[in-house]
Parts: sequence; C-alpha cells; structure tokens
Amino acid sequence: MADINFKLIKNPLSKENPITVQVLGICSALAVTAKLEPAVVMSLSVIAVVVLSNLIVSLLRKTIPSRIRIIVQLVIVSLLVILVDQVLKAFVYEVSKQLSVFVGLIITNCIVMGRLEAFAMSNKPFDSVLDGIGNGLGYSVILITVGFIRELFGSGTLWGYPIIPQSFYEMGYQNNSLMIMPPMALIIVGIIIWIQRSRNKDLCEN
Amino acid sequence: MQEIINIFVKSIFVDNMIFAFFLGMCSYLAVSKTVKTSIGLGLAVVFVLLITVPVNYLIDNFLLKEGALAWISPKLATIDLSYLSFIIFIAVIAAMVQLVEMFVEKTSPVLYAQLGIFLPLIAVNCAILGASLFMQERQYSNIGEVTAFALGSGIGWFLAIVGIAAIREKLRYSQIPAPLKGLGITFIITGLMAIAFMSFLGIKL
Repeated sequence: MADINFKLIKNPLSKENPITVQVLGICSALAVTAKLEPAVVMSLSVIAVVVLSNLIVSLLRKTIPSRIRIIVQLVIVSLLVILVDQVLKAFVYEVSKQLSVFVGLIITNCIVMGRLEAFAMSNKPFDSVLDGIGNGLGYSVILITVGFIRELFGSGTLWGYPIIPQSFYEMGYQNNSLMIMPPMALIIVGIIIWIQRSRNKDLCEN
Repeated sequence: MQEIINIFVKSIFVDNMIFAFFLGMCSYLAVSKTVKTSIGLGLAVVFVLLITVPVNYLIDNFLLKEGALAWISPKLATIDLSYLSFIIFIAVIAAMVQLVEMFVEKTSPVLYAQLGIFLPLIAVNCAILGASLFMQERQYSNIGEVTAFALGSGIGWFLAIVGIAAIREKLRYSQIPAPLKGLGITFIITGLMAIAFMSFLGIKL
C-alpha cells in the first residue's frame, strides 16, 4: 500500500507531469512565470485548491449524480478559489495584484477539473489527497523552472534580488527583455518538453 | 465610437487571448489538429464570448460592484459583493452555454451539428472566464465597449487557433526530431506566432 501511495506523488513529477505530459493547466502556467515570486505563490495556490477539491469531491463522489457532476465540481472549486483569493489579497496584496485574473482562472484550470474527473471521482479520499499533492507539485516544478529562467535572464534578478553582478553590465551584458515577454514562456516550455522527451523516449508522439 | 473601434482592434491583435495571455491554451492545443474542427471551436468561442461577457458586465455593474445595489434602495449602497464574482461568473457561463446549446439545437440544426460537440467543452475554457475577469479588471465604461472587447477577443482566439491548425496540418509532412513532435513543436511555433503578433504592439487608431 505504501508503495502505491508513493507512486501517486512521484509519477506526476516526471512521467505523468500535468503540464508537459497531460497538457493540463497551461494557461496560468505561462502567464504568471515572468518572475519567480508570483510563480511560487501561484504554485502554492494551485496545490491548495487541487488538494482540497480532490478531497471534497472524493468524499462526495458517491452522492454526486453523474449528470450534474461538472456543475457540482465547478461550485466546489470556485468556493475554494474565492477563499484562496481572499487570503492572497489579505496577506500578499502586491503579488495578488500581479497575478490579477489568473487566481480566478484556477477555477477553469484544467489541472483541477482534469484531476477531479480522472481521479477523485473514482478513488478514496486519502489517495485523492496524495494525487492532488503530486499533481500540484508537478505543476509547481515546471512553473518554478520557467519562472527561474525567465527572471534570471529577463531581469537579472531572482525573487527581486539582483543576481547578475554589476561588473557584467559594465562589460556590456544586457538583460534579454524578450524573456519577460509572453512568447518566450511558450518557447521555454517547448524546450522543457523537448528535453524531457528526449530523455524519456516512450513519451514521444508519432 | 472611435474608442470602441480602438478596443476592438486592440483586443484582436495586441491583447490577443492566446498570444498575450495564454487563455484557452488547453483546448487550443487539443483541438488544433485540423483546420475544420478548429474553425468550429473558434466560432463557438466567439459566439459564447459575445453573449457571456456583456451579461456578466451587466451583473457586475448592477449587482456585484461596490455600491451597485444602490438602484434598489440607497440603503444598500455600502454593500460590496465583488468577492462573489468568480462563482457568479462561472455559473452564468455554464448556464449560458447550456442555453445557447439548447437554442442552437432548436433553431439551426446545421450549426448545431458543427458546434455541437464543442459547446459543452467551452464552459471550462479559460478564455471565456478570463474575458469576463479582464472585463471586470479593466473597467470599461459602457456596454458598447464591453461588446467590442468580447467580439475582438473572440476573433483573436479564432485567428490564433485556425492559424496554428493550418500550420500543424503542414507540419505533418516535415521532419521534426522525435521528442519535439506533437506538443513540443506546437509550443515553439505558438511562441514564434506570438513574436509575430508582438509587431502589432502599440497600434492605436
């Protein structure tokens, strides 16, 4: 049993990564990664929502009629997102301003709905929580990697602190401002997918 | 009038849903394998956006905003229900999608056959909810501007998905490194398309 549970957390980190393999939740992943800090805050919010909604839906899975399950899931998820949004506004107002509409968009984030449909509706609460943690972490890994690369090369800082020494700039080094523009987020994710698939041949598509 | 045209053009090219905000990426990636289906989904998105965004605008202005309830009685002017906007917006979207589906089924079976399978998918498309949330954040001043924004965003999304579908149809005959096939190359090409769309930046009528 312990062995199986461990897999639920480990697989989404690599082989079943929600972003690069299952292609879920791309929208928010790309939009909030221009800086590291919003990427981390966003990851934490998504983990919280995925875990809690997985738990609630899994507890209710026998009572939800299957015809209206999408609506029930949407209501549960939007309640949780309202909670997260209020917490963010109360404690990290600056970041919540930067994330703007993307906190609200966790509702339609396919990660949440996808995991509810694919896992929580047919599994026990404890396993669903683990699945939520695993997928949330898998999402975070990509978000934080992309956020790291984009902030380091785009603004020369990490978490707002300057990393690239002043002497580099004096020698003529310049920040690549394309990095903080939207297109580079797409290209970086594309490259991450490329690297992952070339190391893991059975993920390739024909 | 000029402001409305400006918002319309800006939301197609500059603030493009996909290239600038990545909204609706999930269905964009999943349904862009052939041009024909992508046209169907694109039309459905334009259609639903055009209905839900103005409706949500009215709800936001007359029910949810701070002081919006003042039209019922001045005593209610201090109530701020904006924290409810997520759940109300998504409920409106889900209900509207159902209504639109039933309406189209009754009135135009041809259109229904084309859009049919895509309509239910749209309730969970983030472009739709995203447009409503942007509408709330950007504080457009009247319903005309909101409609122009909705139509423009829809057309922008339509252009993006049809464009990538056409490219992907051609891509099938090109030699791509195996690990990059499918998802990877689609991301990179979308990135390149986004760079191309950046050239519209700063357009103002």
